[in-house]
Amino acid sequence: MPTVRIPTPLRKLTGELEVVEAAGTTIAEVLHSLEQAFPGLNERICDESGNVRRFVNVFVNDEDIRFLEEAATPVKPTDEISIVPAIAGG
Amino acid sequence: MEKGNIPMQSKPFFSNLKCRECGRLYPKQAIHVCDFDFGPLEAAYDYEAIGRVLTRQRIESRPHTMWRYRELLPIDGEPTVGTEVGFTPLIKADRLAKLLGIRELWIKNDTVNYPTLSFKDRVVSVALSRARELGFTVVACASTGNLANSVAANAASAGLKSYVLIPADLEQGKVLGSLIYGTQVIAIQGAYDQVNRLCSEIAGKYGWGFVNVNLRPYYAEGSKSMGFEICEQLGWRIPQHTVIPMASGSLLTKIHKSYKEFAQLGLVENTPFSVHGTQATGCAPISHALKRGTDIVKPVPKPDTIVKSLAIGTPADGYYAIHSMRQTGGSAEDVSDEEVVEGIRMLAEYAGIFAETAGGVTVAGAKKLIASGHIGKDDSAVLCITGHGLKTQEAIIGKCGAPRLIAPNIREFEEKVYAPDLAAAAF
Repeated sequence: MPTVRIPTPLRKLTGELEVVEAAGTTIAEVLHSLEQAFPGLNERICDESGNVRRFVNVFVNDEDIRFLEEAATPVKPTDEISIVPAIAGG
Repeated sequence: MEKGNIPMQSKPFFSNLKCRECGRLYPKQAIHVCDFDFGPLEAAYDYEAIGRVLTRQRIESRPHTMWRYRELLPIDGEPTVGTEVGFTPLIKADRLAKLLGIRELWIKNDTVNYPTLSFKDRVVSVALSRARELGFTVVACASTGNLANSVAANAASAGLKSYVLIPADLEQGKVLGSLIYGTQVIAIQGAYDQVNRLCSEIAGKYGWGFVNVNLRPYYAEGSKSMGFEICEQLGWRIPQHTVIPMASGSLLTKIHKSYKEFAQLGLVENTPFSVHGTQATGCAPISHALKRGTDIVKPVPKPDTIVKSLAIGTPADGYYAIHSMRQTGGSAEDVSDEEVVEGIRMLAEYAGIFAETAGGVTVAGAKKLIASGHIGKDDSAVLCITGHGLKTQEAIIGKCGAPRLIAPNIREFEEKVYAPDLAAAAF
C-alpha cells in the first residue's frame, strides 16, 4: 500500500503519526482513504473544489503532482507520497 | 521625530496578522503561516483610522526617512532600529531614457540606501524594530547577500546577536559586507532554497527572530516604503510603469500594495499603473510562468546565473507577483548574463549609477519591455535599482575596459592618450 508522510502541523489529526498507509491508485483515491481514516485531514490539504491548496505541496516519490497529473496522478503500491507545506522566505 | 499630535500610546494602526488565502486573523506575534491552509500571514491595517490622521502635509513634515510613512508600517511603537533608512534619491535619467527608447525614465536609487547600500535596509528596519518589541535577543536570516549585510549591520548597531545563513558561493563583497559587523556568517553548501529550508527548521526549533521566516509578515511590509517614496517624489502620483527585479517576488507585490494603499487613502489619485518584473534567464521561474500564461510556478532546482542575488529557485511570492503583474497589465522579462552586464554598464555610463547585478537585470529587462511594446515608447517608467555595484564586482571584472598605463611624462600622455582620443573624436 502507498505510504504518506504527514507534516508536523497536521499530525494532531493523525494521532501524531508521521507516516501512514493509504489505499488508492491515484492521488485523489489516496486522499479519500486518508479522510476516511483521519476525518478533517482532507479540508486542510484541498479546497472546496477538490484542488490541492496553493501552499501545500504533494510529492509522489519527490515529484510534485502539479507537474504530473495533479489529483489524477497514478500511484503504485510502493510509492511514497509526501505532503509538505510550502516554505516561505526570501 | 514627527511633529504631529499622535499620542505615543494611541491605538496602533495594525492590530492583527491575517492569512492572505483564507482571511483568518491571528495575533501579531512571530508567526508567518496560517494554521488552517498554510497560507502566508500579512499585517492587517485599520485603513479608516490611518486615513483620519495621515495626510500629505503630515508626511511632508517628517524627517526624510522611510519612517515618514510610519502608520503604514507594522510596528506598535516608534522604530528603534534603522531610523535613518530610506528616502533615497529618485533620479530623472534623460540620457538613459533616450538610449532605451522611452520618453521619460526615473531611477529609484537604493544603491545608496543607508546603512548597507541596498533596499534590504527597509525590510530589516521594520523586522528588527518589531523583533525588539517582541523580545527577541537573537535575530537571523536566510540570504542571497544583501539581506545578510543589512541584518548584520543593523543588529550590530542595535546590540542584537545575529546569524546570517547564505549560500557558500556568494560574491566576496557580500560576504565581507556581513563578516565585518561581527555577525555569525554560516555558509551553506547548497543553493538558496536549501538555506531557506534549513532556516525554517531552525526558526521553529530555537526561537530566533528570522527576519524573513517567522518575522516575515513584518519584514515584507518594509518594501512598501520604496513605492511610497516613489509616489511622493514624483509629486504625489503613481508612476505609469514600474520595473522591479524579482527574487522571491515579494518586492514587486509590496510596491503594488503601496500604490494601492496610497490611492485608497486619497494621498494620490487612483490613476492606472502597471508593475513589471524582471529576472535572470538562468533563474526565471516567475517570468517563465507568466509568459506561459500560468500562475503555477515551476521551481528551478539549480539556478545558473551570475545574478546570485535573484537566484531563488522556489520564489515564496511567485504566485502573488504573477497576479500583481496580470492585474495591472504588466509583464515579466528575463535577460541573459551578457545582457545583465550590458545593463549595469548602460546605467553607469548614461545615468552615473553603479548597480549590482540585480540592477543590470532591471535595466536590461526594461530595455526589452520597451522594445517589445509592453512599455510604450511615449510612456513614463520608474526602474527600481536595489543594490550597489561594489557588492558584485565579480560580474564586471574584465567587462568594463581597463586603465591605460603610461609613464609619468607629458610626451607619453600626448602620444598614448590625448592625440589618439582627439583623432577618435574627430572621426
